Amino acid sequence: MIYLDNSATTKPKEEVVQSFQQAALQYFGNSSSIHGLGMDAERLLRMSREQAASILQVDSREIIFTSGGTEGNNVAIKGVALEHQNRGKHIITTQIEHPSVLETCRSLEKHGFEISYLPVDQDGRVCVEDLRASLREDTILVSIMHVNNEIGTIQPIERFGEVLKKYPKALFHVDHVQGFGKVPLNIKQSGIDLLTISGHKIHGLKGTGLLYVKGGTKLFSLHHGGGQEANLRSGTENLPGIVALVKAMRLVNNDREQHLNHLERLKMFLYKKISNLESCVLNTPEENSAPHIIHFSVPGLKPEVVIHALEEAEIYISTKSACSSKSADESAVLVACGKANNISTSGLRVSLSYETTQQELDFFVEKLQEVLEKLSKVMR
Amino acid sequence: MQYDHIVIRYGELSLKGRNRKLFTSQLMKNVRVALRAFPNIHIQTKRDRMYIVLNGEDQEAIIERCSKIFGIQNMSLAIKVASEEKAIKEEALALLKNSNAKTFKISTKRSNKDFPIGSQDFNQLLGAHLLINTENISVDVHHPDLEITVDIRDEATYLTSEKVVGAGGLPVGTAGKSLLLLSGGIDSPVAGYQAMKRGVELEAIHFHSPPYTSERAKEKVLDLAEKLAFYGRNIKVHVIPFTALQQKIHREIPHGYSMTIMRRMMMRISEAVAKKEEILSLITGESLGQVASQTMESMHAINAVTSYPVIRPLIAMDKDEIIHISEKIEMYPISIRPYEDCCTVFVPKSPKTKPRLEKVEQFESQLDFKQDIEEILENVETITIAANNHHQDSMSDLL
Repeated sequence: MIYLDNSATTKPKEEVVQSFQQAALQYFGNSSSIHGLGMDAERLLRMSREQAASILQVDSREIIFTSGGTEGNNVAIKGVALEHQNRGKHIITTQIEHPSVLETCRSLEKHGFEISYLPVDQDGRVCVEDLRASLREDTILVSIMHVNNEIGTIQPIERFGEVLKKYPKALFHVDHVQGFGKVPLNIKQSGIDLLTISGHKIHGLKGTGLLYVKGGTKLFSLHHGGGQEANLRSGTENLPGIVALVKAMRLVNNDREQHLNHLERLKMFLYKKISNLESCVLNTPEENSAPHIIHFSVPGLKPEVVIHALEEAEIYISTKSACSSKSADESAVLVACGKANNISTSGLRVSLSYETTQQELDFFVEKLQEVLEKLSKVMR
Repeated sequence: MQYDHIVIRYGELSLKGRNRKLFTSQLMKNVRVALRAFPNIHIQTKRDRMYIVLNGEDQEAIIERCSKIFGIQNMSLAIKVASEEKAIKEEALALLKNSNAKTFKISTKRSNKDFPIGSQDFNQLLGAHLLINTENISVDVHHPDLEITVDIRDEATYLTSEKVVGAGGLPVGTAGKSLLLLSGGIDSPVAGYQAMKRGVELEAIHFHSPPYTSERAKEKVLDLAEKLAFYGRNIKVHVIPFTALQQKIHREIPHGYSMTIMRRMMMRISEAVAKKEEILSLITGESLGQVASQTMESMHAINAVTSYPVIRPLIAMDKDEIIHISEKIEMYPISIRPYEDCCTVFVPKSPKTKPRLEKVEQFESQLDFKQDIEEILENVETITIAANNHHQDSMSDLL
C-alpha cells in the first residue's frame, strides 16, 4: 500500500497507540475525583498540558484540549462571536478556509454577523493589503488558516499579525491544522490569540486536538457543565486521547527537526515529475507552500476515475471534495484562485508524510503516467 | 562571524576579598551542573569573570539557562581574538557586517597596558576602520543598534555584544544550609527562592496530615521543591506525619489558641530536624500582618520556642510583590492548585491575632506532647528532589 492522502488523515504511530492504550487502562480515573486514581489522572493531564505548551512555546494555562480541528475552529469562532458581539459583529475570514471555518462563519450570518471573505491570488494567497482594507472598528475576529488543506499554500501569518497589532479589538484566529509539524509558526511573535491543532493529521488519533487560547482572551463556552478545560469545554477529559495527541506532537516535531529535508526533497521530486507531465497542471505554488502537499489538475478527466484507477495499484490519493462549492464537483479553493472550470473540477491531491519514501513516489509516478495515458486514450 | 565564548561577570561577589576563591569555585560548580546538557563546553574561571568556550553548543540556550544561576551579574556573547590591532579590526568589521545594525558604537577597555594604543584613541581608530569599510552605517554613541565592547586583556582581546542581565545574588552553597518550612502556598516557595538568591542551600520540611490533607497537597510540595531545586541543587524534603498531634491540639487546646500552639509545634519539630541535619537556621514565608499567625504578637509567641535564627525573606513584602516573583519563577500555577494543607485544615473560625505568651505557655503546659514529637521524628519521610529530574517517570514515558 502506498498511502499519499496524509492531509485527509495520517496513520497513527505505533508509540502513540501504545500510549493511548496504557493511559486508557492505567489512568482511567476521573481527574476531578478526589482519590488517588483521580490524582494520578490529574497529574498525567497536567504533564500533558505542560508538554503541549512547551512544544508550542506558550503557557500551559493557554492550552484547551478539544476533539479536533472542527471543534477547535467552532469553539474559537463562535466563542469570540458570542462573547464579544457587543463590541461589534464583523468577522473577517478568507474564501479558502476549511469548511469548519467557512460554515461556522456562514451560520453566524444568520445571527446578524457580517462576514468578509477575503479573496486570494492565483496561488491561493491572501494579500496583506486586502486584510488591512477590510478591517473596521467593529471587527471582532480575523480567522485565517496557516496552510491550505487543499493546495498547501502558506499564508504570511506573521505579517497579518503585524497588521492586526493596530486593531487590539480584533482577535486573531489561525487554523494551524495542516501547518503543525510541517511549517513552523511562532505563536507569540505572530500576535495570534487563538490557534487550532488536530491530532489525527500528525499521526495521532481521531477525536483529539487542542485550541491555544491566549491568556486573558474571553470566549463564550459552547460546552457548559463541570467546568473542565478552564470552563471552556466541560466534559470529562479524554485523557488517553490527550496523551496520544501530546505524544504525537512531540514525535512529529522530532520528525520535522530530523527529516524536513527529506520531505522537501520528495516534494521537489514530485513537483518536477508532475510539471513534466503534459496532461497535468500544478495548482500548488512552487514558493511558500507546505512540504507535504502537491495539488494538480488533469483537465478533461474526472478525478474520481484517476483515484480509482490508482487504487487498483494500492495507491491512495484524493480529490478534495467540494464541500463548500455550489457546483458539486468544483473545488471552492480552486475557484477562489481564479482557475478555469476544467481545472477546478479535475483536482487531485497528493499529500506526503515523513514516512513516505522515494521508492513509493517512484512507483506512484510510474503508475500515474500509465493511468493518465490509458485514460486519455479512452476519453479522447 | 560567530561568537565562540560567553563572558560571565560576577558582580557583587568580586567584592568579597578573602572569600573570593570560595565563591568563584562554587559558582563554577553550579554553572557546570546547570550546563550538564551541553557536554562540549569548556569553562574557565578568572579573577573577575568566567568564560564559557562554546565549542559549537547552542549559545541562546546556554545564556537562558545561565540567567537563572545566582551569582551571575551579567553575561555577553564574545569573540576571542589576539590582542593585535589588525586582528581586532578584522573581527570587529565581520561582527558589524554580520549584524543588521545601521548604527554602532565602540567602547574600548584596556586592562593590558602593554597594548600600544590608548582606549580613546583606539575607539576612534577602530570606528574609522569600520566606517571606511562599510556603507550606510554610522556611529551613534547614545543609542547604537550595536555596541561593540573591545576588552583588551593580557591573555587576549574579547569583542562582546550587549549585556544580558543575570540573576544577581550569590552562588547557592556559599551561605550555608537552611531548612525551609514549605507549605504549598504562594509565599513559602518564594521565601526559599529569595534565600537561595543570597547563596543559601535548602532543605525543606512539610507538615502532612492525612487523611485531612490529600496526596495532591504533598505532590504539590514536591513539585514546588523541584522548581526550587532548579535554582540550586538537590533538595531534601522532610515530610512530617502531623495528623495525630494536630488532632490532639484540636481536641485539647481552646480554639482561639490552637493555631498558635500548632505553629509552635511546627517550630519545635523543624528545629529538631534542622539539628539532626546539621542545619543552623529556619526559613519561613511569613509576611508581617498577612494572617493571624503573622502578627507581631503571634510571631513573638511562636518564635519563643526556638533559639535558631528564623529567616523571613518576605517579612516586609506586599502580597502583590510576592505573587509577582512567584509568577516570574513559575511557581504560581503550582501554588494555586486548590488543595488544603495542614495549616488550613484545623484552622479555627477566629484564631487569636494577639496571643499572649503566658497564656500560650499555660495551655501548652497541660498538653503532653513530648512523646508525640518523638514519634513524629522517628517517622519522618525524607524525599530527595533533584533538579530537572521529574519524579513522575512512568508517566513521562507515556508522553
